[in-house]
Amino acid sequence: MLNLMLYGVLPYLAIGSFFCVSVVRYLKMPFTFSSLSTQFLESKQLFWGSVPFHIGILTLFAGHLVGFMFPRAVMAWNGMPVRLLILETTAMIAAFLALVGLTALIVRRAGSARLRANTTVMDVLVYVTLLMAIGTGLWVALAMRWGSAWYTHTLVPYLWSVFKLNPDVQLMVDMKLPAQLHVISAFLLIGVFSFTRLVHAFVAPLPYLWRPPQQVIWNRARRQPQAHD
Amino acid sequence: MDVRSQVAMVFHLDKCIGCHTCSIACKNVWTDRKGAEYMWWNNVETKPGTGYPTRWEDQQQYKGGWERDGKLIKLRAVDKVRGAVTVFHNPALPTIDDYYEPFTYTYEELFTAAEGADQPVAKPISMITGKPMNIEAGPNWDDDLGGSPVYAANDPNLEALTPEERQQMFDVEKLVFFYVPRICNHCANPSCVASCPSGALYKRGEDGIVLLNQERCRAWRFCVSACPYKKTYFNWSTGKSEKCILCYPRLESGQAPACFHSCVGRIRYLGILLYDADKILDAVNVPDSELVDAQRRMILDPFDPEVIAAAKERGIGDDVISAAQRSPVYKFVMEWKLALPLHAEHRTLPMLFYVPPMLPVQAKVGDYGYDTSVEGFLGSIDQARLPLKYMAKLFGAGNEAPVRYALRKQLAVRHHRRALQACDITPEQAQALLTEADCDVEQADAIHRLTAIAAFEDRFVIPPMHREEAIELLDEDTLAAKGSTGIGFREGPARGP
Ligand code: HEM
Ligand code: SF4
Ligand code: SF4
Repeated sequence: MLNLMLYGVLPYLAIGSFFCVSVVRYLKMPFTFSSLSTQFLESKQLFWGSVPFHIGILTLFAGHLVGFMFPRAVMAWNGMPVRLLILETTAMIAAFLALVGLTALIVRRAGSARLRANTTVMDVLVYVTLLMAIGTGLWVALAMRWGSAWYTHTLVPYLWSVFKLNPDVQLMVDMKLPAQLHVISAFLLIGVFSFTRLVHAFVAPLPYLWRPPQQVIWNRARRQPQAHD
Repeated sequence: MDVRSQVAMVFHLDKCIGCHTCSIACKNVWTDRKGAEYMWWNNVETKPGTGYPTRWEDQQQYKGGWERDGKLIKLRAVDKVRGAVTVFHNPALPTIDDYYEPFTYTYEELFTAAEGADQPVAKPISMITGKPMNIEAGPNWDDDLGGSPVYAANDPNLEALTPEERQQMFDVEKLVFFYVPRICNHCANPSCVASCPSGALYKRGEDGIVLLNQERCRAWRFCVSACPYKKTYFNWSTGKSEKCILCYPRLESGQAPACFHSCVGRIRYLGILLYDADKILDAVNVPDSELVDAQRRMILDPFDPEVIAAAKERGIGDDVISAAQRSPVYKFVMEWKLALPLHAEHRTLPMLFYVPPMLPVQAKVGDYGYDTSVEGFLGSIDQARLPLKYMAKLFGAGNEAPVRYALRKQLAVRHHRRALQACDITPEQAQALLTEADCDVEQADAIHRLTAIAAFEDRFVIPPMHREEAIELLDEDTLAAKGSTGIGFREGPARGP
C-alpha cells in the first residue's frame, strides 16, 4: 500500500502540481514569478553559492533529461569504458558543485541578519527538498556504480511507465534503498516546485537571445506611414 | 523619418536651492513602502560630491550605459553570452550599502519606557532587520559638504582635472558647490530597457515614458547595473525592480509630476519634444565630443511643415503637435541651446536636460571678491571657481564648448537685465555682450521671462492624454469595468513564495 502511494500516486500528484499549479500561478499571479534575488542584501558570499549551485544543478537536470528521453543513446555512449568514465566524472563534478553551492547558500543565509529577516518558510522548504534530492543522488552515485548505466535500464523504464499512465510499481520496489529515496525526494521536489521561488526556472529568459535591444510599446495601434505614389 | 513624441524635461540648476521638497513629494507618493524605503526616485545631490548611490558615476565599477563597438554600440554591463553566467551573480550590482541601510527610531519607547532616573531615548533600528543599528549613511548624507575630503574629494568627475586644479577647488576661499536634482531621464536609447532579459522594461510609444512592468520582472537585476544614472532600484522585499514612472497617472490627468509640481525653486520644466527615431544610432555612434550636437540633430523642429506632416502620418495628434510648439523644453534645448544632457557619454540619449549653474562658476578674480566690471566678464567663465572642465565632464560629455556657450549666454542675459533694472551699465554695453554670446534682445527677454517669472502653464505644457479612452485601449468592456475596482494591477506588493 505504502509502495503504491509512493511510486504509484505521489508521481502523479507531483507532476500534476508541477504543471497545473505553475500554469495557474503564471496566469493568475504573475507578480509572484521572481528569482527573489538576495544579492542586493549580500553579494560577496552569494557568488560562491549561486554560481556553482546553478551550474551544477542545470548540468544534472540536463543529464537526467537526456537519459530519460534517449536511454538508448546513453547506453550506446557508455559502450566504451572511457566514455562511461567521462560521463560519470562530469556528473560527479556537477553533483559536487550543486551540493557545495547549496551548502554555501544555506550557510550564507543563516549567517546574515539581513537575509534571515527576509527569509520565508518557502525558502527553507526549497533548501530542504533540494538538499534531500541532491544528497540522495550523491548516495546513489557512490553506492550504486555506475548510475548512468543502470539508470537507463531500470529507472527510465519505470519513469516511462509513469508517463504511460501505467506505473510499474514493482520495478521500484525491487530497487535498492538509495535509489528509492532518490526517486521519492525527486518527486517531492517536483511537487513543491511550483509553490516556491523555483518557478524562476520556468521563466528563464531565453527569448532575450533573439529579442531586439529596445522595446517600445504603443497603447494605440501605431499608424504606419502611407506609401506615396 | 520616424517621428516620435517624448515628454521631455529641463532642470534649471541656477535656480535649485537644494531644499529636497521634490524628493519628499516623490517619497510620499511612491516609495514609502517596505523594500522601497531606501529608494529615492528623485534625489538631490551636492556637486562636487559622491552622490547617490555612492560614486554612481564610476562606470568602471557599475558598468552602466553603452559604449561604441564599430558600426554599433553595445552595453557595458551585459551581453547575451556573458549574461548567461552573470545572471547567477552580477558583479556590477550595487548593494544596499552603496545606498544606505534604511532606519527608523523606537519612538514608542519614549512613551512606554519604565519610570527611571534618565530620559528615555528613541534608538535607531534597521528597517531591514528590525534590530538596533549604527547609522553610517542616510539620504543625502553628503548634503552641502562641498569641500569635504570624504565626499567632494571623491567625486568621480574630478578625474578630468589636474591635481593642481583639484587642490585649487578645495582652497577654503574658493570652496563651492551646487545641487543636481536627478530623476530617471526617460532616455530615448535606454540601456535599462536593452539590458532586461525578461523584457519587463519598455518605453511607452505615445509619450516615451520608460516603465518597468512589475508582473514581468523576474529579478535578473541587470537594469540596476545597466542604467548609468542608477535610476532603476531593486526592491529587496518584493524581489522586483522599480523605477520612476514620471507620475504618469498625474500626467494622464493633465497634472505635472509630483516633484515638478512641488518644486520650490521652480527650476523644473516639462514639455513635448518630437524626435526622429531613425536617427537614434546616428546620434549615439559619434565621438564623445560630438554627442551633445548629435542628440540635438535627432530632435525635430515642430514648426517645420515636413515634420508636422510626418508626425501626422505616424498618428501624432494635433494637440500633441501644438504642445510641442509651445514646449519650454524645445526652447531651452534647441532654440536657446541653454540646456544640456547629463553625462551624455553613456549614450542613452537622456531626455532630461540641465541648464548648467552659473553661480558657482562665477570667477573669483583678485583677493577681494568678484570682478563685476563689464570688461572681460564673459571671459571670466574660463577662470571660474569650478573649472569649466569639471562642468564639461558633467554636461558636455567632456566637451567644453556647449557648456561655455550656455554659461556665456546666461551671463549676457543677466547683464541685459542689469542694464534695464540696475542701470549701472549702459544698454550698449549689454548689447555688445549679448551679441558676443550669440543672443539678441528679443531672445534675452524670452529667456528671462521663462527663467524668472514663468507661470505654471508656461513651465508645464502637457498635452491631453485622452484618459477617457484608456479603458477602450486596454480592450476592456467599459460597461463591465463600471463600478469595479478599476483597471490594471490588482495584486498586493508582497514578497512571493
Ligand atoms: C534556468 C535557469 C536559471 C536561472 C537563470 C536562475 C537564476 C537565478 C537567480 C538570478 C537567482 C537569484 C540569486 C540571487 O540571490 O541573486 C536564483 C536563485 C536560486 N535558484 Fe535559480 N536559476 C535557474 C535555474 C534554477 C534551477 C533549475 C534551480 C533548482 C532546481 C534553481 C534554484 C535556485 C535556488 C534554490 C535559488 C535561491 C538561492 C538563495 O537565495 O539561497 N535555479 N536563480
Ligand atoms: S535614466 Fe535612462 S537608462 Fe536609467 S532608468 Fe531612466 S530611462 Fe533607463
Ligand atoms: S524642490 Fe526644486 S529647488 Fe528644491 S531641491 Fe528639488 S529641484 Fe531643487
